[in-house]
Amino acid sequence: MQSGQTNFVAMAGFAIFIGLSLVITWFAARRTRSTESFYAAGRSITAFQNGLALAGDYMSAASFLGIAGLVALSGFDGLIYSIGFLVGWPVVVCLIAEPIRNLGRYTFSDVVAFRLRQTPVRVAAAAGSLAVVAFYLIAQMVGAGNLIRLLFGLNYETAVVIVGLVMLAYVLFGGMIATTWVQIVKAVLLLSGAFMLAMMVLMKFSFNPLALFQAAAAQYGNGVLAPGGFVAGQVEGVSLGLALMFGTAGLPHILMRFYTVPDARTARVSVAYATAAIGTFYLLTFILGFGAMVLVGQPAIRAIDAGGNMAAPLLAEAVGGQAFLGFISAVAFATILAVVAGLTLAGAAALSHDIYVHVFRRGKASETEELRVARGATIALALFAIVLGIAFKGQNVAYMVGLAFAIAASANFPALVMSMFWRGFTTRGAQASILFGTISTLLLIYLSPTIQIDLLKHSTAYFPYKNPGLFTIPSSFLVGIVISLLTPEPAAQQGFAKLEHQIHLGEEEP
Amino acid sequence: MSDSHIHLTRVAAARWRLALLLTAIMTFVYVGFILLIAFDKPLLGTILVPGLSLGILLGMLIIVTAWVLIMIYVRWTNTHYDHRVADERRARREGR
Repeated sequence: MQSGQTNFVAMAGFAIFIGLSLVITWFAARRTRSTESFYAAGRSITAFQNGLALAGDYMSAASFLGIAGLVALSGFDGLIYSIGFLVGWPVVVCLIAEPIRNLGRYTFSDVVAFRLRQTPVRVAAAAGSLAVVAFYLIAQMVGAGNLIRLLFGLNYETAVVIVGLVMLAYVLFGGMIATTWVQIVKAVLLLSGAFMLAMMVLMKFSFNPLALFQAAAAQYGNGVLAPGGFVAGQVEGVSLGLALMFGTAGLPHILMRFYTVPDARTARVSVAYATAAIGTFYLLTFILGFGAMVLVGQPAIRAIDAGGNMAAPLLAEAVGGQAFLGFISAVAFATILAVVAGLTLAGAAALSHDIYVHVFRRGKASETEELRVARGATIALALFAIVLGIAFKGQNVAYMVGLAFAIAASANFPALVMSMFWRGFTTRGAQASILFGTISTLLLIYLSPTIQIDLLKHSTAYFPYKNPGLFTIPSSFLVGIVISLLTPEPAAQQGFAKLEHQIHLGEEEP
Repeated sequence: MSDSHIHLTRVAAARWRLALLLTAIMTFVYVGFILLIAFDKPLLGTILVPGLSLGILLGMLIIVTAWVLIMIYVRWTNTHYDHRVADERRARREGR
């Protein structure tokens, strides 16, 4: 494979996917007339559909290409990441999915603001959401530009603009209905693509994964089956682990998906389907990574992209030729589009539903007005994504996904949990906890070796760890608790009985 | 406080207990795995059978653990919790 060369199967696959998804959008647009359909697909998505859509929203190009590459270049260490991305899901189903569905309407701020004072809480929670969405979105856009340049030979700027505009079409016209179906199609394509590729690899090892791992160990030493330098120390490792684990439960685009189903039971069951899909996918990624290590070889993978991102496409070419490479490239492209659409919709909901409707209009906006603002916010976010995607060209933005997870875990997750579990939680406590979580995470990452040494080329960093989660998550809880104790709020305490009731019985009044 | 409120509180408490227990197990297992990696890399590099190291086996088992925990939660809530909540809802409607 030569990078930047035009592959006609890839181009055709890419065109078919865009065509198909625009047809979906056209059908969805005719059903998108209310805020409920725009943000929540009319709450008509089934458990199985939502499970696939959650998987489609969650499995980014970073996990497909990035983790396969990480495994191909360093073996076992890649597994640490894949596991981290999966272990957050039991937390989501046990603590978050059902209360979210029963307490809120469109955004996770609905839940935090349920019994607190709307305006201040909404501002803080929307800021937390938007910070996560912004960093996640930039990372995806830059990844998209690089990938499409490598896979299809388009130039970087064109690639970023295409991704931005196509995604804008889905969200603007088709809202959550189109976004959901794009995510479902993408999840099916990604799973079947990874499955076929894994089978083609295993065919060469008489369908025995151990024979594949053994071949890798024979070629590169037993070290590839053991932990290497990736988890540098206990603090760094646990810190990364906690951010991945609790960050999943604070990602606004994932939480928003629970509003698309009719009830709490469906929300819960959909997580079981999602986890089955995501877990299987990560197990397959592991086969792909080792397959690329053995069948393509580390030097060839490094030669095209030092980060290893091209390991899976190279493997596809090695086992299935140009046509299969084209198919896998088209799948990678679909992957990016589905994730950016979900992110944009979550960001638009935070801007319109939380900030415009509840803060500026004090909850008094009409549905038509809210829908118009939501669409305006979608256009603004798409432009933001395109402009920043181009501005960050050539920058290493891999840390931004980690940053998004760390903010989600330190700002959104603690406030969400305390608002649902603790009677004494107050408006000021929620505000302080979310803002502290966001700002402390940003600050510690800025002071960390990732920015100070790798990006700014300073010789030392002010903060020794790359992952702040171990410090920021507990201190956000602590800040929330201390400030709540200092600012008692009788109205919030009285509202707790209603919240408990509604968590279990849904929106029914006693 | 009505009987039905006390009843709901009891169902709710049972669910939170299970939810917190499962979350704690997942955290314990995963953080334990990371600490094992941080403290004893050679142990996880032990080759059990050719091609399979202890680390890879444990890693796969953690993915399976996440699946099992979710299955336990969904099973319990779908069979016990949902029925009790539905009874509760019916009792309230009739009582009104």
